[in-house]
Amino acid sequence: MASQSEGPADTFPKLLVRNARVFGERAALRHKDLGIWQTWTWAQVLDVVRAYAVGLSRLGVKRGDTVAIVGGNRPKLYWSVMATQMLGAVPVPVYADAVAAELAHVLAHAEVRFAAVEDQEQVDKVWSVADRLPKLERLFYDEPRGLRGYDHSRLHPIDEVIATGRKALEDPAVGKWLDQEIAAGKGSDISIILYTSGTTGASKGVVLLAERCIAAAADTVAFDRLTAEDEVLAYLPLAWVGDHYLNYAQGLVAGFCMACPESTETAMQDLKEIGPTFYFAPPRVFEQMLTRVMIRMDDAGFIKRHLFHYFVGVARRYGESILNRQPTPWLGRLMYALGKVLVYDPLKNVLGLSRVRVAYTAGEAIGPDLFTFYRSLGLNLKQLYGQTEAFLYITAQPDGQIFADTVGPAVPNVEVRIADNGEVQFKSPGMFAGYFRDEAKSKEVMTGDGYVKTGDAGFFDAKTGHLKIIDRAKDVGRLNDGTLFPPKYIENKLKFYPNIREAVAFGDRRDFVAVMVNIDLTAVGSWAERNNVVYGSYQELAAHPLVYDMIERHIEEVNRSLAEDKVMAGAQIRRFLILHKELDADDGELTRTQKVRRGFIAERYAPLIKALYDGSREADIATEVTFEDGRKGIISARVKIRDVKTASTAPAMEKAA
Amino acid sequence: MRAPAATTVVGGEVLLSVQNISLAFGGVKALQDVSFDIRKGEVRAIIGPNGAGKTSMLNVINGFYQPQAGSITFKGVTRSHMRPYEAAHGGIARTFQNVALFRGMTALDNIMAGRTLKMRRGFFWQVLRLGPALQEEMEHRLRVEEIIDFLEIQAIRKVPVGRLPYGLQKRVELGRALAMEPDLLLLDEPMAGMNLEEKEDMSRFILDVNEHYGTTIALIEHDMGVVMDLSDRVVVLDHGAKIADATPDEVKRDQNVIDAYLGVAH
Repeated sequence: MASQSEGPADTFPKLLVRNARVFGERAALRHKDLGIWQTWTWAQVLDVVRAYAVGLSRLGVKRGDTVAIVGGNRPKLYWSVMATQMLGAVPVPVYADAVAAELAHVLAHAEVRFAAVEDQEQVDKVWSVADRLPKLERLFYDEPRGLRGYDHSRLHPIDEVIATGRKALEDPAVGKWLDQEIAAGKGSDISIILYTSGTTGASKGVVLLAERCIAAAADTVAFDRLTAEDEVLAYLPLAWVGDHYLNYAQGLVAGFCMACPESTETAMQDLKEIGPTFYFAPPRVFEQMLTRVMIRMDDAGFIKRHLFHYFVGVARRYGESILNRQPTPWLGRLMYALGKVLVYDPLKNVLGLSRVRVAYTAGEAIGPDLFTFYRSLGLNLKQLYGQTEAFLYITAQPDGQIFADTVGPAVPNVEVRIADNGEVQFKSPGMFAGYFRDEAKSKEVMTGDGYVKTGDAGFFDAKTGHLKIIDRAKDVGRLNDGTLFPPKYIENKLKFYPNIREAVAFGDRRDFVAVMVNIDLTAVGSWAERNNVVYGSYQELAAHPLVYDMIERHIEEVNRSLAEDKVMAGAQIRRFLILHKELDADDGELTRTQKVRRGFIAERYAPLIKALYDGSREADIATEVTFEDGRKGIISARVKIRDVKTASTAPAMEKAA
Repeated sequence: MRAPAATTVVGGEVLLSVQNISLAFGGVKALQDVSFDIRKGEVRAIIGPNGAGKTSMLNVINGFYQPQAGSITFKGVTRSHMRPYEAAHGGIARTFQNVALFRGMTALDNIMAGRTLKMRRGFFWQVLRLGPALQEEMEHRLRVEEIIDFLEIQAIRKVPVGRLPYGLQKRVELGRALAMEPDLLLLDEPMAGMNLEEKEDMSRFILDVNEHYGTTIALIEHDMGVVMDLSDRVVVLDHGAKIADATPDEVKRDQNVIDAYLGVAH
């Protein structure tokens, strides 16, 4: 490759050129096609992307244009991002599963002139909203299937674009021109615009600058000691900051290889075949994996099943301390070593996690049991906290300092502070330059002294110095004595107990915290069976004194864990009740995504809440319920209310969470 | 959405025609004097109430049944009846009403089985998997992988079909039929027992097969919506006799067809 960029690599195309020079023959990208893994080296990737960029420029893409990228994790779409950046244009990835209206909003807002899309489905979707996109000129597509009969005047197969570019590059002058284009890219250029998923209002375009992206990625690459030897599987949405950061940005900075799965459904099998060394998954993926293992183990033969459960027990007891290099009894070490050979390593192999050196989870609270399970198998699973506006990382747990309920200290070069209202604010090398075409919103989240407001409330744990995220800042209330009251934090702690399905905490502008609990019929039902507790209905089981005793014990444990944090100690639960019916989306108590609608519940169960706070021992309630067939009926019940012991603030010598 | 190219070939040359076919099992007259043709490149539907003789007709076409009277002309050759191997060698593939796959074998192996007729090397070479046999297997595997990609079943490649849900088994069966690279594909109720989404998927695959590979398709189907959407021409059978043969729209309005489906007062 003749192209030699001068100066430091402050844009991704310059990094690509550097990688082709330094790592030339090393694998850069893999994709499983027709059942066989195809590999491109860094030199080959540069070669293709150069041709693609030239092809795009022939079709009118130029510096400053925005180009939408719509689709899954496919090499040609990643090349689209690279080729766009190479020309100084700005890629705008969009979630592949976005409905047409969302897609139209993003494409119109970003004023895209071009879009590189995956297949017929996406082409149809874009054309269906074309009347709202007056600036849209051309589409490029990857998968030709079903598109043969389409009008190709504004529609181009990516392969053809690359071929045109390759032909043009035979003229050395074109190559030279492209080298100049690459060199003309500046670190202060916009590298990419990532639209937030829009769970809170319309999605906003987060503008990220090249040099900041690279600075941030360089920090975490050093933090986790990632090298060109590493390998990742890019299976999370291409438009999500996590994929762009963890795989694309870190990959280009460290020079490691990114593998694209064969299709979305095959990701788990591909994981096993690739055996990545760096892995990210949201908690629910880890949970699904565990569930699958447990179901398979239940179907396994007697010996296998017992072997599995015995050694998982051993791992729970000793695994964590071995991974953290703490003193462990020699017998424990011996049994663990045996379990490693018989159970842990084969299990990790089946899950595709054998080679994982660093694994992260983030996005929501992960259950301590789940977290410890993977850690005890010897998987270096850690937590991080970040957001699109920071270009991902704000905090992350360093190796050896892992706790299930923290997200770690600030990563190098990131400053984090807690505002007076409990909100987490940060200043980071990767932080965004503002929201695209939205001055007002940008001002709203930036503080005068250059920090960004995250909208999350949190505090620094006194013992570990790690950040703990408790809730969205706007949901955090205060008790009458001024103590912070984060409802979701308390509810999550309760919900980690399998017996508790749902919990609703009250306390904002009240004297103390009280909760309403929903028991989990499956878990409590099987407990009842084993303990000869007789019940005829959910309502009866929920009101059973022994069930109350059990839930009371859980809440006492939660109180002890709350008491360990000075900030949270005042928010211990004083009183609770167990609801006589399951909270249900059909009754409007939950959203369709199973989140509690606190306001609605407070209204509907007003007599119970009144009783929680006026000291009564029980209360009557009648609620309307909707049956599955749509009929409505009334359930009335007398619900008992109990007081719970609170723990003293002085940290009890409990096992750290 | 159909590409215009696919509809223009309809009306092309006749690929297969059956003339005056009659088939009886003892006293049961399954087919009586049925004649129709299938043109190259079209999607031809055969419909009719239960027991109308639709599956018997398919069985006659690919040689499972020998009709007592009539003749079959396929690719210009007229026979009194087809033999199964003649049909298979001649490029007729089919799927079955009740899925007929090797349940213990993986989806991949099942589809590979569809390549049997295309294997040139003998048993001995294939067992050894050496030289030319290996080369040949790789070629077949490539075709099979293209089909797997086409039908979007990569995720179940290595799963024994017995463990797959019904809709996917149907898709694997279609894959096996496609592996034969047929000129004429007979589909016996490809969407029976499927939910709406699976039906839509299957419809898309059938149209894609027709468009992409140019395969002529004859299908039996009960779902009228599907028949109307997919097919170019429709044959209607009732009690073993042909009562209509026209485009979907015409068939829908045909009084004989309406009577056959809804019953008529005597």
